[in-house]
Amino acid sequence: MSKLTFSIGGIHPADSKIARERKIEVLPLPDRVYVSMFQHLGAMAKPVVAVGDAVKAGQIIAEPGGFISAYIHSPVSGTVRSIGPRKDLAGFMQMHIEIEVQGDEWAEGIDLTTDLVTSVPEDRDFILDRIKMNGVVGLGGATFPTHVKLNPPPGKVAECLILNGAECEPYLTSDYRILLERTDEIVVGAAIMQKVLGGCRCVIGIEENKPEAIAAVRASVARLGYPSMEVAVLKKRYPQGGEKQLIDAVMHRQVKSGGLPIDVGAVVQNVATSLAVYEAVQKNKPLVTNVLTVTGDVLAPDRQHNYLFRIGVPLSFIAQYAGGVPEDAVKIVSGGPMMGKAIANLDATTVKGSSSILYLGGKTSRKEEGPCIRCGRCADACPMGLEPFLLKSLYRAGDVPALEQNAAQDCIECGCCQYSCPSYIPLLDNIRMAKGQVMAVIRARNAKK
Amino acid sequence: MTNTIIWTVVILTALGLVLSLVLYWIARKFKVEEDPRIDDIEKTLPGANCGGCGFAGCRAFADAAVKAGNLDANYCPVGGAEVMKKVAVILGCEVKEAAPMVAVVRCNGTCDARPRINTYEGERSCKVKAALYGGDTGCLFGCLGCGDCVAACQFGALSMNPATGLPSVDESKCTACGKCVAACPKCIIELRSKGPRGMREYVSCTNKDKGPVARKSCSSACIGCGICEKTCQHGAITVADNVAYIDFTKCKLCRECEAVCPTGAIHGVNFPKELDKEAVKKRIADRKAKAAATVQPEAKKEAENV
Repeated sequence: MSKLTFSIGGIHPADSKIARERKIEVLPLPDRVYVSMFQHLGAMAKPVVAVGDAVKAGQIIAEPGGFISAYIHSPVSGTVRSIGPRKDLAGFMQMHIEIEVQGDEWAEGIDLTTDLVTSVPEDRDFILDRIKMNGVVGLGGATFPTHVKLNPPPGKVAECLILNGAECEPYLTSDYRILLERTDEIVVGAAIMQKVLGGCRCVIGIEENKPEAIAAVRASVARLGYPSMEVAVLKKRYPQGGEKQLIDAVMHRQVKSGGLPIDVGAVVQNVATSLAVYEAVQKNKPLVTNVLTVTGDVLAPDRQHNYLFRIGVPLSFIAQYAGGVPEDAVKIVSGGPMMGKAIANLDATTVKGSSSILYLGGKTSRKEEGPCIRCGRCADACPMGLEPFLLKSLYRAGDVPALEQNAAQDCIECGCCQYSCPSYIPLLDNIRMAKGQVMAVIRARNAKK
Repeated sequence: MTNTIIWTVVILTALGLVLSLVLYWIARKFKVEEDPRIDDIEKTLPGANCGGCGFAGCRAFADAAVKAGNLDANYCPVGGAEVMKKVAVILGCEVKEAAPMVAVVRCNGTCDARPRINTYEGERSCKVKAALYGGDTGCLFGCLGCGDCVAACQFGALSMNPATGLPSVDESKCTACGKCVAACPKCIIELRSKGPRGMREYVSCTNKDKGPVARKSCSSACIGCGICEKTCQHGAITVADNVAYIDFTKCKLCRECEAVCPTGAIHGVNFPKELDKEAVKKRIADRKAKAAATVQPEAKKEAENV
């Protein structure tokens, strides 16, 4: 089968997946964990425990603050020590629950065995309820609550569930490791989501640079016997794992400006989300663990790790456990080098969507901005067909109506423009701000209607 | 040939005459009566169109003033009292005296006082930087140092001081139009009364963190200890959200708060003499001792009665 890819834009950064051969290790528990109330897209969760309460691992400690929001569970057993603002990794104050770890006792009703349960429950509402009550959110980066995404509005039919195993970001290997080590669980998770979506077909998209994962998933699908599930080999190209790019590659359909994937009959879920869905539905286990890669170009290959961590463990604890911050690290990033966020505060805590601690050396530091030479590379690289140079100028000129006309709101913040700019213009910073302004205008207009 | 030239001249002249009559008639028929005072006032105003008065420009200011017939809602911060007096003469009304104001930067987190804990590499704009993260120091409230205020100032009154990393205000150029106040995403800049001969006291910090946290991120932060509030004889200082604020309408410029501030967050500017902290502290101590001495005899009497 030919390799699939999206039609416009994109770049080819070196994949640098140095930690790919490192097996997933279980991270030990620290003395204290700090569970953020803002681990998902949408409204902040509301704490339902008080200071001094004893909690068990897997117990609900916060409930959704709105329709688009999620439950949050205690990742450890222990005592709630404080509830209050704490700096997150960007240095902003967010509400956190501090829990002192005492032992490791799990709440009742959670199946901690590792046996594979393949029989999918029949009742759709039961599955959706389990996903919701166990706080599953999309682990591909945006952390959108999964139960909302799996429940399309009336009139919209899902034709294809696309499982995103592209992991197109350089350095990151957590999805690759779970594809190898938890293959069957991911495949069963996909089958569960197929059931919820009314028995649509399922395509598992994996980039060509992970042949072992492709073989493993193919073998698993054949062994477990899911006829409506297939593996698609994707070209190695960034941002192959972008939702709209993946739909373009697999289904050859384009999501219109302002539209949702369900408008073209697609639902995209990350492989890590599929694993979380499997655990939530088959084992009734809440989303309190995830896999994170400790990697970077300045970190020796033998010091790179993939850890199964409990959510709420401080980043500094993981960094210490992995052997400390390398001396020549100039930048520490949470997430991939393209879309990740620089960590301004290593005392910050891990959240559901944490995927890496990435140490980068001086090579990646920003160089002084030069003038735009009108080369058009940013427009060539943009996978959404935008003109980043124009959006940057419009933002700096403060022309919001023109920004909307030029579809600043369609930016997926992949960073291809900034990566390809020979003048080192911080295009994405400007476009991100522009996007915020345009979205505010659109929201205000919709509210008026 | 000659004929053509003659005819061209005749036709064009006739056309010109007819059209000028039409234009004259239109101008008379559709004439817009505009108060000539609007033009006069606009000429009197500085003409910077800065918007510091709250109107779209000098013309809009003049229009509003003439419509209202008074100057209650209009004040040109750029022109100040002098220009306003001239405007009042044109309008034939009284002008309310307003104290001259000046922009004050309420952050003294210099490079030495506020160590950088990381390096910012994004767009050189405070607005962008503030949206991305908390800032490159431990302080979430302080100056970000990218100079949005400098870019916003149309009078060249602001400049970044490379030694401190903070903006400094040139008082002679500042017109208190308020553009910098609006441009600062951290709301550090405030318009305060210029004070007699430029003398004024202000708390040069807006850090709302609790004392130890604020102190850890910046050695010259206001820690909200409240000594200044207790010392002030004029009730000008209030401490709210762990940060002190001096009400410039009540401040008597005694400089006692500046002397007792443990972190040096309170600044006094344009005073003729250097502040002698020890002398002021002694003065406060003496006053307290005196007050204690006058209270004590009464307390003794009360104790005897009991």
